[in-house]
Order: sequence, then C-alpha cells, then structure tokens
Amino acid sequence: MKNENLYRYILGIADSSLILGQRLGELCGHGPSLETDIALTNISLDLIGQTRSYYQYAAKLIGDGKSEDDIAFLRIEREYLNVLLVEQPNTHFGYVMARQFLFDVYHLMLLSELKNSSDETLAAIAAKGIKEVSYHKRFSGDWIKRLGDGTQESHDKMQDAINDLWRYTDELFTMTEADAEMSRNNSGVDVTRFKEAYYEEVSRLLREATLEVPERKYFQYGGKKGVHTEHMGYLLADLQYMQRAYPNMKW
Amino acid sequence: MSKKNWPLWEVFVRSKNGLEHRHFGSLHAADAEMALENARDVYTRRNEGVSIWVVESKHITASNPSDNGELFEPAQDKVYRHPTFYELPNEVKHM
Repeated sequence: MKNENLYRYILGIADSSLILGQRLGELCGHGPSLETDIALTNISLDLIGQTRSYYQYAAKLIGDGKSEDDIAFLRIEREYLNVLLVEQPNTHFGYVMARQFLFDVYHLMLLSELKNSSDETLAAIAAKGIKEVSYHKRFSGDWIKRLGDGTQESHDKMQDAINDLWRYTDELFTMTEADAEMSRNNSGVDVTRFKEAYYEEVSRLLREATLEVPERKYFQYGGKKGVHTEHMGYLLADLQYMQRAYPNMKW
Repeated sequence: MSKKNWPLWEVFVRSKNGLEHRHFGSLHAADAEMALENARDVYTRRNEGVSIWVVESKHITASNPSDNGELFEPAQDKVYRHPTFYELPNEVKHM
C-alpha cells in the first residue's frame, strides 16, 4: 500500500474509538439507570460514528473493493491498534467512568490538534468530533466528581478504578512509527506535546473529586503495536461474531 | 447505587429559538447537573431542542383534580371573555 503510514495512523485513532464504543455498547440495557443507560449508548454511537468516518477513509486507501466493515470486523487481534485503556472491561460503573474520563481528556486534546492537520479529511473528521467529545468529557468528569466526592463507598470504588486504570495512561503518549512520520509531515499529531497538559487536567479534576492522583512509575504498553491485554480476544469475539458466522451479511 | 433515592425532575425543552419551553417529560437524577445531562441524552438526542430547563418535581405546585369544579367550571359559560365580539382588522393576521 502506498500510504501505509497514513493507513496505520488512521487505524491508531479509529480503533480506540471503535473498541471503546463496543465496550460502552455492551452496557446497552444494563446501565445503572434508564437515563445513564441512554447516555452511555449515545456516547457509544458518537464514537462508532466517528470510527465509520475514519474507516471509510482507510478503506479508500486500501482500495480493492474493501469497505469500512472489512476493517471493523475482519481483522485479527494483532491488527487492531487501539490503546490498551479502552479495551479494559466494564468492571463496575466506576471503572466505566474512569476509563471514559481518562480517555476523553486525551481524545479532546488529540482532536483539537488533529483539526489543524494538513490532511483535509482527517481535519474534517476531527472538527466534527470535537463537540461530541467535549460532551463526553463533561459527562464522565461530572461522574468522577459525583462518585469521588460522594459516599465513602463510591469514593473507594472510584479510587480503585482510577488506580487500576492509571497504568494504561502513559501509552496514550507513545508514538508509533506511523505517528512520528505523520507528525513530521504535519498531517498527524505529536501527542507527546500535550502529555503534561493531560496529567495536569486529569489531576486537577481528581483532586476536585477528593481522589488521590496515583503515583505510579510502571505503565503498560502494547495496544498501539497490536499487542493487547487478555480482554481483547473476548471483546473481538463479540464484535466479529456476526460477520465471521455469516460472511457479508447485511441488515 | 439505588435509583429509588434519586428525585424526580421535570424537563422543559425549547425546540426552536423564539418558541417557548414546553414540558417534554420527567426523569430521575441525583442533582441538577445530572438532570440537565440526562435530559439532554434522553430528550434531545434526535435534534429536538436548543435549550433545556429542569426543575425538581417537588417544586411544582399542582392543582388538585378534585377542585376542578370550583376552579374551572365557572369559566365554561362565560363566552363573553373570548375576544370574539369585535371585528379584527385584516392586517392582524394571527390572533
């Protein structure tokens, strides 16, 4: 493929949205209240909508009659390039919101930079996503504050979730070869540039939520290179089942 | 999380600038901010609105249906209160 770096760069962004969207979709009908259930599904659909735009662009690059569905459903685990954070399971609502918030802050910073990309398609997708993601961050941030500064039990559960998921935050700021190449030609974003701002913003909100900012020096990496945690296989089994069992089915 | 403890809120949505807020329904939320976000997600996800008000249901004072007789029936036979006894100039199109 001529634009291998661009292709891998698009997948790096899009796969994180797809997998987080799938995780949230799992909660459809299982949210803690009817209202929260609808909110989570809305966020899921926002993310999957964004994913579709990225995949349609990526499918054009492959050519050969491939579609967004081929990219979404027919790759093997090692070919998904999402960050490890988004594939972590919905352990409880505190985890769902912690995962969401830790991703949303990053996601908004990423899109805010990507909208200035010299690649017009990426810039347009990013510009459209910014409003959606701003709301995601508002929603998840409010829940972190509400649960962190809630009862003793909600505080402890929220703190557990933050502590557990913290190990996946540093990966957000690693650069793959494709990231570096795309950043060099101004069509991609150098994520290391807003790493400090990210931890500042997250820490500020955690403190506001009376939560402790974890002091962790060891982090986990791999998703961006296709090396995933043990949860990913199960997630993909759910995601891909229909296309694998009934190839080319449509509805 | 016991949703039984979440109070009920009434949701009012303005569907277009220039129109008034109309009652859209109700929902449960722990606080005003959550009520606003829930209202956004439940009632405006199909592009229904440009502005939302939420008010906790307990702050609404409602008339009692058993008082309907004294409250509303006296108005039924007072047709002269309707502005139908004078001619509208043609220039006034919408009354």
